[in-house]
Amino acid sequence: MTITDVSTAARLGGSKGPGQDASASSATREAGSPSPSKGTLFRFATAGSVDDGKSTLVGRLLHDAKAILADQLDQVQAVSRQRGFAHGDFDFALLTDGLRAEREQGITIDVAYRYFATDRRSFILADCPGHVQYTRNMVTGSATADAVVVLVDARNGIVEQTRRHLAVVSLLRVPHVIIAVNKIDLIGFDEDGFRDIEREALAVADQLGLRDAHVLPVSALEGDNIVERSERTPWYDGDTLIGLLETRPGADESDAATSPLRLPVQLVLRPQGGLSPEVRSPERYRDFRGFAGRIASGQVAVGDRVEVFPGGHTTIVTGILVAGERAEAAVATQSVAVTLAHQLDVARGAVIVAAGTLPAGRREAVVELFQLDAREVIAGSKVLAKHGTATVQALIVEVLDRRDLETLAHEPAAVLAVNEIGRVRLRFAADLPLVPYTTDRAGGSLVLIHPGDGATLAAATVVD
Amino acid sequence: MSTPTIDPLSALDVLEAEAIHIIREVVAEFERPVLLFSGGKDSVLVLHLAARAFAPGRVPFPVLHVDTGHNFPEVIAFRDETVRRLGLRLEVARVQDYIDDGRLAERPDGTRNPLQTQPLLDAIAYGRHDAVFGGARRDEDKARAKERIISLRDEFGQWDPRNQRPELWSLYNGRHLPGQHVRVFPISNWTELDVWSYIERERIPLPPLYFAHEREVFRRDGMWRAVGEVSQPRAGEQVERRVVRYRTVGDMSCTGAVESDAADAASVVAEVARSTITERGATRADDRISEAAMEDRKKDGYF
Repeated sequence: MTITDVSTAARLGGSKGPGQDASASSATREAGSPSPSKGTLFRFATAGSVDDGKSTLVGRLLHDAKAILADQLDQVQAVSRQRGFAHGDFDFALLTDGLRAEREQGITIDVAYRYFATDRRSFILADCPGHVQYTRNMVTGSATADAVVVLVDARNGIVEQTRRHLAVVSLLRVPHVIIAVNKIDLIGFDEDGFRDIEREALAVADQLGLRDAHVLPVSALEGDNIVERSERTPWYDGDTLIGLLETRPGADESDAATSPLRLPVQLVLRPQGGLSPEVRSPERYRDFRGFAGRIASGQVAVGDRVEVFPGGHTTIVTGILVAGERAEAAVATQSVAVTLAHQLDVARGAVIVAAGTLPAGRREAVVELFQLDAREVIAGSKVLAKHGTATVQALIVEVLDRRDLETLAHEPAAVLAVNEIGRVRLRFAADLPLVPYTTDRAGGSLVLIHPGDGATLAAATVVD
Repeated sequence: MSTPTIDPLSALDVLEAEAIHIIREVVAEFERPVLLFSGGKDSVLVLHLAARAFAPGRVPFPVLHVDTGHNFPEVIAFRDETVRRLGLRLEVARVQDYIDDGRLAERPDGTRNPLQTQPLLDAIAYGRHDAVFGGARRDEDKARAKERIISLRDEFGQWDPRNQRPELWSLYNGRHLPGQHVRVFPISNWTELDVWSYIERERIPLPPLYFAHEREVFRRDGMWRAVGEVSQPRAGEQVERRVVRYRTVGDMSCTGAVESDAADAASVVAEVARSTITERGATRADDRISEAAMEDRKKDGYF
């Protein structure tokens, strides 16, 4: 292995950025580091094809955010040296490839989660491998992501894999996409080269219906436009990668809070006889019936009128516990328990919604199905469908079509194989309060489970 | 009437809500959950979140301690006090019993962390537990970075990292066959700094050795080791009195202290934010055995 292979090897502390000395002992964290109690949480995924420098980018982000500590660097440096890297050079992939098989084969098998923080935000990074089972990994990493960073090699521009990644991002309705044109140094920081790729990337994003797309030139290896604006791309006046990630609205702070209330009930808390010894006034909780769940969207306050699915009974919220403590109001995505004015039959699988917004119960739906299991999807098979806190039996009525993952065009298909995406008609054994995924990610998503061995077969989003 | 504006949730609020959601899902879907509780800060945090999840009711499952026998006495005292305060049932699986009757052999290096796996699996089988909560976090170790929140174990307790279920949205799949069980990690997405910031915010009690105190220690493998029954200096190792604290609490024979004057949670938060070494790198001799030490232990059924 040679260190000129920049996709896997990187010289820490290139021409830019802090921590320029490659020796591990120089890695420092400054006093007054970010406090997680103030900043918000932002989840993003990284995706790219083979050799576009994703490991280097992830390593660079973690390094420049000082999320890689001295002993981790020591360990990576020691293993890098065993593998013939020159002193001071690192195989950044060793930081992210956590499994023995990954390190031995030099491939990334599974999504890895990384954590770092800046003064403004805490980040959860889902690092999605690009080549093996990319659909499965992309779906896993992107399903809850606020943003996806897709890497493009400046020398190659938009390739088939880029279009596929962007297609999955689009189908999963990830709110923000950042297309990082990497290795900009290898095309001599050429503006025309960048603008060509930018034009094509934005055209693809537009075609796929991606609402908020940003394209920026970076060098993950050298640090250009990662944390600090690069003087070598004076023609680029947009934000750095970190700057973009810090300023995109997160799911927890935008639409989820302003939509109508939807609270899927996980379980009913009825502690009669089993009160916590810490409760000081047990008499207050003698008849306590709390409906516990995590608010999927909207907000709730004591005195609010709500309806309960199924049944549609209207009642009033009489009390709220947020994480076990009394509160006057709560908002998505807090975990709460609410008490209601009327004795209603509310069990796991029920959904408490704002009055007047009761969803229709659905026995049938067309879903976009992301096949994750090696077994094919065929009409007539029975599965379990999990939606919110409800799990019901479901039947695959028919496979309607398959997506061409470059254009998202539909093509005829009778079965869906692993890593394929297509539309399927499902029938359910009980009413489900389904809403289109385009209006509500939580209300429009399902997982399909094998009723025999329990394997997770597929992810599905409600189309209609 | 809904209140018109509520500030965006902080990262800690979101992590708290996520953990409580996970704990409630498992209680709703499983028959006999149990929580691994050592008195260490991560398991204390999970227990605190469980208490929050079911308030005003009590935590609806027992706790299990896999006791290496190499304990800090103040941690055992804290464990017992916590169990009493919350009205819980404590199950204890003792490594010492296995060594006494020959089912396990003491390792040449004297470390008992890897010996916990067999007593743990037996306790899970004996209690017929189908879900086992643990305080492991993905930021602790690169094998743990690949772990699921709900992670399937076969009848031998083995983790198969190459064949993990994809985990989508907040829809956790806990289906399992008889004999299988799941491990559940509600604080997967917390960092060490998150844990300490939350402990400070919520004023969660911890064993006193997490805070600066004076102790007789000696230097080994670049760490300060406490002098104790199972942790004696060898020839040439000088015993000194130092002001130290522990960043992790495990088998006393392989857990090191760090020099620190952080006497309360706020000072620990500041110290962790400045630290240049990970908590396991600073304090766990067993994770230095090989690059894949944690992965290998996990595959065998360790937590």
